[in-house]
Amino acid sequence: MKEIQVVAFTIGSQEYGVDILSVQEIIKVLTITRVPRAGRFIEGVINLRGNVIPVFDLHKRFGVPPTEDAGEARIIVFQFEDTRAGIIVDGVSEVMRIDGDAIEDAGQVYRSVDADFVQGVGKVDGRLLILLNVKKLLGLE
Amino acid sequence: MSMDMSQYLDVFLEESREHLVNLNERLLELEKNPQDLSSLNEIFRAAHTLKGMSSTMGFSDMADLTHHMEDVLSDLKEGVISVEGPIIDILFSCFDRLQIMVGNIQKGQPAVNNTDLIEMLGNIKNGVLTASTPQHNDDTPSTSPIPMQTDTDQNITMPFEFNQYDLTVLKEVQTRGLNAYYISVRVAPDCLMKSVRVFMIFKSLETDGEIIKTFPPAQDLDEGRFEDRFHMVVVNKLDVEAIRERIDAISEVETEVVQFIDLKDHKDANVEDPGEKSPVVHESPKTSLADKLPDESIRSHKVKQTVRVDIERLDNLMNLVGELVINKGRLEQIGLTQHHGDLNDVIEQMERITNDLQNVVMNVRMVPIEQVFNRFPRMVRDLAKDLGKEVEFVIEGKETELDRTVIDEIGDPLVHLLRNAVDHGIEYPEVRRQNGKNSSGSVRLVARHEGNNVFIEVIDDGGGLNLDLIRTRAVEKGLATLQEVNNMTPVQVTDFLFRSGFSTAQNVTDVSGRGVGLDVVKNKIESLNGEIFVDTVLGKGTTFKIRLPLTLAIIQALLVKVGNETFAVPLSSVDETTMISKSDLKMVQSQEVVLLRGKVLPLVKARYLLEFREHDNYEDVMYVVVVRKGEKQLGIIVDSLIGQQEIVIKSLGKLLAGIPGVAGATILGDGAVSLILDVGTLV
Repeated sequence: MKEIQVVAFTIGSQEYGVDILSVQEIIKVLTITRVPRAGRFIEGVINLRGNVIPVFDLHKRFGVPPTEDAGEARIIVFQFEDTRAGIIVDGVSEVMRIDGDAIEDAGQVYRSVDADFVQGVGKVDGRLLILLNVKKLLGLE
Repeated sequence: MSMDMSQYLDVFLEESREHLVNLNERLLELEKNPQDLSSLNEIFRAAHTLKGMSSTMGFSDMADLTHHMEDVLSDLKEGVISVEGPIIDILFSCFDRLQIMVGNIQKGQPAVNNTDLIEMLGNIKNGVLTASTPQHNDDTPSTSPIPMQTDTDQNITMPFEFNQYDLTVLKEVQTRGLNAYYISVRVAPDCLMKSVRVFMIFKSLETDGEIIKTFPPAQDLDEGRFEDRFHMVVVNKLDVEAIRERIDAISEVETEVVQFIDLKDHKDANVEDPGEKSPVVHESPKTSLADKLPDESIRSHKVKQTVRVDIERLDNLMNLVGELVINKGRLEQIGLTQHHGDLNDVIEQMERITNDLQNVVMNVRMVPIEQVFNRFPRMVRDLAKDLGKEVEFVIEGKETELDRTVIDEIGDPLVHLLRNAVDHGIEYPEVRRQNGKNSSGSVRLVARHEGNNVFIEVIDDGGGLNLDLIRTRAVEKGLATLQEVNNMTPVQVTDFLFRSGFSTAQNVTDVSGRGVGLDVVKNKIESLNGEIFVDTVLGKGTTFKIRLPLTLAIIQALLVKVGNETFAVPLSSVDETTMISKSDLKMVQSQEVVLLRGKVLPLVKARYLLEFREHDNYEDVMYVVVVRKGEKQLGIIVDSLIGQQEIVIKSLGKLLAGIPGVAGATILGDGAVSLILDVGTLV
C-alpha cells in the first residue's frame, strides 16, 4: 500500500480515518430531520444547500454511547459516484499522511464481523487509527 | 428545420432507422431473388415513407434521393426495367447514402450532395446502365483545394494542390510511363483499427508503385488520426479498376474515388498563378483546409430556433425554481406579519414572476405525448394481423403535453392496455358479425388535458367485461365470499382485475388475460401519482381511463405537524380534513373509528405510523386528515394542520430508497427538510 491521506476523526474515544478522496466536505451539525422507518443507523436527513442528504450515526453502528458534549461534533459528507451521504462524528482532528508501511492489514487486528468495512489500522506517532471503508460501511459496496 | 418540427426529430430518426433496416433486408432478399415482388413492394414502400417523412421534416437532400429511388423502383415494379446487378448495387449505394444522411441529421451536420446517385438513378430509368458505384463528378474544377468538409460530402475533390516539386515528380513519373492517380478511401466508421487499414492499403499499393502525397499527412494516418476518409496521390502502372480491386480487397474500407491525374490541368493552373514560384504559398493544404473547415457550411444550416438540452440541466433549472418557490413562500409569511405596504407590493410582484417562471420551466419540460403514441399504430396493426382480427385504431389528442418524466414511464402501461384491448377486448370478425357489429373493431387512444391532470383513455368497442365471471373468479380465488361479491358495485368488481395474479388462470374464457399485468399497470401509474379506472358494458366495450398529474416535480401538499416534526401529504391523496373530539372516538373490533357524516371512518394515529415514542394519549380535540387509499378512506390523526402549500419533491437518494410510507422529501421555507408521506404505503 502506498502513502494515503486521511481525514482523522473521533467517535467516542477511538480515532478513525477515511480516505480524503471520498470526502466532499466537513460541516457543522445542521438540523437533522428524522426519517421514520429508516434503518437504525440512519440519524436522518439534512438540507445541504438544497440537496437532501442522509446522515448516519456511527455511535449506534459501533455500539459506542452517544457523546454528551456535542460542541465539536461534525458531519463528514462523502461523495461516491451519484450518491452522497454524511456521517456524524464527535470531532475532526486533522488531515494526515499515513505511509503504506504503517498500515496493518485489518484481518490481523480485527476478528469481528465488522472487519469487512475496516480497511486497515494505521499507526501514526503511537496513535492507532482505524481506517474505514465508508462505501462498505454504508452498504454501497 | 422549423421549430415545431424539431420535437419530432427523435421520432423521425428512430423511424428512419427502422425503415432503413427494413430496406436493407429487403434489398438483400431482392438480390437473392430478383423476381421477388413482395420485397420490391416493401422497398418501394420504405423509400416512399422515407421520402414523405424527410420532406415533411425539410430534409430535402434525403427527400430528393428517395424521390428518385422511388421513380426507379416504380419502373422496376411495373416491369419497365428488370432487376439486374448494377441496379441492386446502385440501390445499395443509395441505402448507404441514406444511412449517412440520417447520421448527419442526428449530428446536425449539413445536407449531402447526391447528384452522383441521382444521375445514376436517372440513367437507369433512361435505360443506360452505368458503373455500379458512385464516381466523382468530373465536371467540377478540381484545382482549388476544396476541403473535405465532413464525411458526408460525397462530391469529393482532391484536397491537395501540387507544388512545383510535386509537379516535377509527377512529370517525371509520367515520362517513365507510370500513371498518377488521386485516390480517396473511406474506412468504415465503426472500424476499430483504422491505422491498420491504412497500413494495409499502403502496403498493397506500394508493392509496385509509390504514394507521393497523402492527406491527412502520412504520420497522422499511421496513427489513425483521421475521420473516416483519407486521400492520397499514387503513381503506378495499374489502371483504375485494378486499384479499386486492390483496395476493396481489404475489409472495412471502400474506395470512393480513383481518378487519373492529368498533369496538363495543373500546369495551366500554375501558369495562371505567378506566385507559384514560391512553393511555400501553396504547399500547405493543411492550413488552407483548416481555414475552410466545415464551420461555415454548417453554420448556414443551423438556422433552427431550437436547442436540444440535456434533461439533467432542465432538472437543475427546475430545482432552482423550486428553491425560489420555497423562498417565495417564506417571504409571503414575513409579509403577512409585517403589514408593510411596499413590502407587500414587492412580494406580490415576486409571486407573479415566480409563478410565471415556474410555468415556463414546467412548459420547457413538457413534450407532446405523440412521442409515445407514435409507435402504437404499427403495434396494433401487427397484433391485429397476427390475431386475425380487424381493428381500426384511432389516436386523438396526440399533441397533449406531459412532463418528460411522465412520458418516459407511460409507454409500457399503454402497451399493456392496448394489447389487452386488441387481444381480449375486440372480438373476432365473425363473432362481431354474429352480434350485429361492424366486423372491424375500433380501438381508440385518447389523451386530453383537464385542469392539472392529463387523462388518457383506451377505448375499445369489443365484448366488454363479464362482471359475473369476475365475481365467480374472485370467489374461486378466495378474494371475497359469494355474498360479498354479489353486493359489490361494478367498480368494486372490476377492481379485482388490478389485483396481482388475479386472472392468471386460463380457463375463464372471456375474461382470461384481461387482468394479465393489470396490477403492474396500476402500480406503475400509481407510482406516477396517477390513477386508473375501468368502465365496461358487456357486449359494448371497455374503457380504461388513466389520470396523470402534469408534472412530478412540484406538487400541492398539505403540511401537518406531528410532535415537533412537519410532514407533507400530497393533496392528491387527501379527501378532506376534519376535527373530532375524544368523545367521538369509538372502538370497533379493536379499531378506532369515528362516524363522519354517517359513514364509519377508520382512524390511525400519525404518531404511531411515524414511529414516535409516545403515541398512546389522546387530546380532547384532534385533527384528522382523511386520505384515500384505493377505494377506502382512512383518517390519520395529526397534532395540527399547517396548511396547503406547493412543495418541490426531492429524492431521498439511493441509500434511503424504498422506505414504506415516505415518498421523498421537500425543503420548507425555513430550510428544514420535511418528509413527504406516501399514503399508499404508509398504512
